[in-house]
Amino acid sequence: MNRFTAIPAALALSALPVVASAQEATSIDAQVNAAFAAVTGPFVSFIFAPLPGTNFPWIVLWLVVAASIFTVYFGFIQFRAFTHSISLVKGDYSDPNDAGEVSHFQALATALSGTVGLGNIAGVAVAGGSGGPGATFWMILAGLLGMASKFTECTLGVKYRNEYPDGTVSGGPMYYMSKGFAAAGRPGGKFMAVLFSIFCILGALGGGNMFQANQAHAQIANIVGDYPGWITGVLFAGVVFAVIVGGIKSIAKVTEKVVPFMGVLYVLTALIILLVNIDQIGWAFGQIFAGAFTGLGVAGGLVGALIQGFKRAAFSNEAGVGSAAIAHSAVRTKEPITEGFVSLLEPFIDTVVICTMTALVITISGQLLTDPETGLYILNEGGSIQTVDGNAGVALTSAAFATGFSWFPYILAIAVILFAFSTMISWSYYGLKAWTYLFGEGKVVELVFKVIFCIFVIIGAAASLGPVIDFSDAAIFAMAVVNISALYVLMPVVMKELKSYQARLASG
Amino acid sequence: MTSKIIVGLDGYEPDNRALAYARRLAELIGSCELVLVYVIEWSPFSFQTAEENAERHKRREEEIALAKSRVIEPAVSALSGDGLSVRGIVRHGDVAELLESIGVEEGAEQIIVARTSDKSLSSRIFGSSTANLVMHSRLPVTVVG
Repeated sequence: MNRFTAIPAALALSALPVVASAQEATSIDAQVNAAFAAVTGPFVSFIFAPLPGTNFPWIVLWLVVAASIFTVYFGFIQFRAFTHSISLVKGDYSDPNDAGEVSHFQALATALSGTVGLGNIAGVAVAGGSGGPGATFWMILAGLLGMASKFTECTLGVKYRNEYPDGTVSGGPMYYMSKGFAAAGRPGGKFMAVLFSIFCILGALGGGNMFQANQAHAQIANIVGDYPGWITGVLFAGVVFAVIVGGIKSIAKVTEKVVPFMGVLYVLTALIILLVNIDQIGWAFGQIFAGAFTGLGVAGGLVGALIQGFKRAAFSNEAGVGSAAIAHSAVRTKEPITEGFVSLLEPFIDTVVICTMTALVITISGQLLTDPETGLYILNEGGSIQTVDGNAGVALTSAAFATGFSWFPYILAIAVILFAFSTMISWSYYGLKAWTYLFGEGKVVELVFKVIFCIFVIIGAAASLGPVIDFSDAAIFAMAVVNISALYVLMPVVMKELKSYQARLASG
Repeated sequence: MTSKIIVGLDGYEPDNRALAYARRLAELIGSCELVLVYVIEWSPFSFQTAEENAERHKRREEEIALAKSRVIEPAVSALSGDGLSVRGIVRHGDVAELLESIGVEEGAEQIIVARTSDKSLSSRIFGSSTANLVMHSRLPVTVVG
């Protein structure tokens, strides 16, 4: 064992005797939680500030308007290019001489492993728990519109990436902001790149790290019984530390192979539950449509369902956030636009397919309690829908799947841990790219970020869900504020690429 | 007219038997070019981390350079010393598929490979590259035991 792996292992072992002192440990959790909520409060309040005179957060409108503008500007590209995107992923247009380079499929799979995960399992449950089944409708719509945002940012990610003499590549919004703005003769590109990088680091620490650790702990505690979150945090941080600092690639490699398998298993299980309850699917869609336009009694009614749907879709598929542009930029292609086509499949798979399945299972399972007389959902004191055992987040999804297969919570627990871990590894890379953009390449510089990343794993597992979700959402949406601003400026570049590619494709 | 023979190599000891047989055949034919092919097993549908993707182009170049220096170049120089016309190719992909497609592209008479030394579980379940080549090739295949 090298010295890097010895440290977290020792930390983990030293943590075990402390389990006995649960009360003391819980108070550590409470302290972490209170301190965290106090520090992040103002940032969260700004990002989620409502539009004047309404309770509609401006950030949600920002995402919806952007996705709609890209959809219209590119002539509903997500529908027109859907089959072409699948052909690209299958390799129908790949140059055989590029074999051994990163394929379209691999770039998509890597980006998906960063997005498919807790957003699809816990995020949908959070949306359903607060916004009711109606939130699913808005989530699907946001997923469909978000495909155009993803198309725009990933095309730019490849077009303006840095290719270094040693053959490695770095890409992402910070590069298209600085290089793309300079090429277009626009000022402010570098400033935006710096701002984006700061938010990307916060996003990596929030949604890409703390939310994952938090929900992984919730899932484990759901199975083995309640215990202090920081213990899970220390164990998780130890493994993450071993991979990103210790360079134990085998753990990441195993995860990368198991995660797609777990994803398929999750979807298949959901499908089986839906098939067994096929007679209720019509009713479930009815609830989704009725809830979308009336709210069916949820807090905030229609607007409440809409806000929850759009928020969770953006958090799940990250369209417009800019993270995917970092992951997709490694592909080997002479046509940046082809990666844009491929990337638009990501919100479709993530949100339109997987999130919808989760939402349908939760709705059909009857975990969300309704008033038999009015048919409206019963709300608890916090304004969320009451559930059978008071479950929220990943525990709600787990309970819903358990109505079909009693053993599924165990599989889900493993899936959640692996998804959380895989997302953390992906986001540690996104955060690192932003960090090195700000502070330059170098082993010490990288180590500092990686250690901070691991510390936040512990904080994330110890804090309670509310402040963690708020901060995670706020950090990721802050990325979207800067990224989408840049996309508005650079979208004519993407249009030029699109027209040129379509003309050449038509002429064979 | 010069005949061409494809020789598939995998960098292990049985390669020597395949090369010896190819040399004997080339000498018997007279006007014959040997095309030595080393395929680096690679699937565009495998899963990788973002970091691996970022470094992929660099790794690919390193893999090709290593295959050339360790497998192809020693074999090419050994056979060229005997006055034979020899060249080498390194590609990434599926071994059986590529050996066959390169053979067709080159208009080769046949493909020569050594009997597989692969005893892995996956090769027992899905068949070895050699077995797949024999089953699917449009060209004659000689497996040297």
